[in-house]
Amino acid sequence: MACGTLQAQTNSGKPGGLGRPATAEEVKQRDITTLPNGAGLPDGKGTAAQGEAVYRDKCASCHGPNGEGVAPQGTQLVGGVGTLASENPIRTVGSYWPYATSVWDYIHRAMPQNQPGSLSADETYAVTAFLLNRNKIIEANEVMDKESLPKVRMPNRDGFIPDARPDVGKNGPPAEGSKNQKPPAR
Amino acid sequence: MKDKDIDRSKDNRSKPDARGRRRFLAAGTAVAATVAGGLTNLWGEDGRDPGSPMRSYGERSPFEKVARRNSRPGQMTGTGSSLTPLESLYGIITPSALHYERHHSGVPMIDPEKHELLLHGLVEKPLVFKLEDIKRFPSVSHIYFLECSGSGAGEYQGASAPTPQQTAGLFSCSEWTGVPLSTLLREAGVKPAAKWVLAEGGDASRNARSIPLAKAMDDVIVAYGQNGEAVRPEQGYPMRLIVPGWEGNINTKWLQRLHVIDQPSMTRDEAADYDDLLGNGKSYRFSFVMEAKSIVTRPAGGQRLDGPGAYEITGLAWSGRARIAGVEISTDGGKNWRKAELQQPVLKNAAVRFGMPWNWDGNEAVIGSRCTDESGYTQPTHEQIVAARGTHARFHYNGIKWWRLQKSGELTNA
Repeated sequence: MACGTLQAQTNSGKPGGLGRPATAEEVKQRDITTLPNGAGLPDGKGTAAQGEAVYRDKCASCHGPNGEGVAPQGTQLVGGVGTLASENPIRTVGSYWPYATSVWDYIHRAMPQNQPGSLSADETYAVTAFLLNRNKIIEANEVMDKESLPKVRMPNRDGFIPDARPDVGKNGPPAEGSKNQKPPAR
Repeated sequence: MKDKDIDRSKDNRSKPDARGRRRFLAAGTAVAATVAGGLTNLWGEDGRDPGSPMRSYGERSPFEKVARRNSRPGQMTGTGSSLTPLESLYGIITPSALHYERHHSGVPMIDPEKHELLLHGLVEKPLVFKLEDIKRFPSVSHIYFLECSGSGAGEYQGASAPTPQQTAGLFSCSEWTGVPLSTLLREAGVKPAAKWVLAEGGDASRNARSIPLAKAMDDVIVAYGQNGEAVRPEQGYPMRLIVPGWEGNINTKWLQRLHVIDQPSMTRDEAADYDDLLGNGKSYRFSFVMEAKSIVTRPAGGQRLDGPGAYEITGLAWSGRARIAGVEISTDGGKNWRKAELQQPVLKNAAVRFGMPWNWDGNEAVIGSRCTDESGYTQPTHEQIVAARGTHARFHYNGIKWWRLQKSGELTNA
């Protein structure tokens, strides 16, 4: 019976009436999306000085005391600026991440790895500030909050280009002896 | 003969010679096939024992040991990936128990009764769906591949992995059942300003990716079925996104929230991780499509041929851009190519099984495949990819893969 009703509704192109309306309250509670323009960032604030203790307690065991990384569990977070076009590119928050809001968002979502979601908004702003400061992007006493964080300009902000593929493979089957052949002229 | 066959079955590596012989036995006489098949006393002097009782949920034969393997043993619990044993599979469907895994924060065990999918943002009517709601919408089922964009990425730096499983095993193909995402979006009423949909998982790390609205309205499905039963926990139970042809990471598992927005969120995975760093220091952003790729799975690295003679060269091909149009096989490192047979079905965004009979003369050979899709794209060589992107990219590698066959019958990386 329910099926017949649904069928009729769907075929008529009108909504099927399934699901329930979400309340503003529950949307607010579950919505943790942030955008590069700062939309979605919550109230709260923190500085690098405040973030140092949070980092030491919650992050350093995997990422090293100074964000240098600990293989294999924790990636390097600090340094590497200017290396991306070199023989040994080092991708860190400072050298690679294009938006400060992405740093906040990821820490808020997924860190620390053994207890994601355990950091308060203040702690998240503070530890984000700590990483930005260690990467020489902001000063130690600069307050990071929903207003200031999106204004931080990351060094690799313009380091991304739209996916240019198919960048190879459109020239038809490779010629004979493809294993040793020269790449097609570009 | 019995003991010999049992010994063989303990070996979880794929050996075309062993399989070929088993097939021969099976085709030859029922007696031989039965004896080779198991330990049950079917021809004893005291009569025949009845077999095992029925089971409420089936298991494979205890003689079958084929397994996934961790990409990097020793990583933190719950993070990392496991690889599908491509060389040991038949046809195009990956058994759910062997589907590759990639988890950023372990596998959550979600009670479907407590699970809710929130759809909100730039919509007329924010909605909450339970699994039972989702199942009441008209369903669709499609065979689609999933491939982690990191599959085979070590090849950017040269031949790196010795077997199909290890070089291309972040690839699987299943039949997925669910409701088109467009159905849910229409139900909520998408506002004109909407451009993207953020999909968020219910794993501890709340893994999240932004999907262009055009794709979301096209062929994306919210899947609750995998190969005829509920999606496995490792694959996103009770519901996940399937984004056909696009990199695995965006196929959000344990889907719990869909946020319709006017710009991408720039989560870590899209802003600073699954981007290919080029030689000039710039990175491709939003490399969604998994381009045409194929790999010979038998005979392949890690296997051994049992002397000259007849073999089948077989493997898998796929493309996230268009249907596979053809596959060619070379046994001389690319000097000569021969057209392979494509097994039916040949479906868009699905694995395609190809094969070719081959008579090995006992000399060294270098075996590989290349595929072309209906967009006219042909799988490139390693050299072509490296010329275009350098060796620092970590994703979306789809170069031709070669296996070197020695006179001894051993197969290794070429």
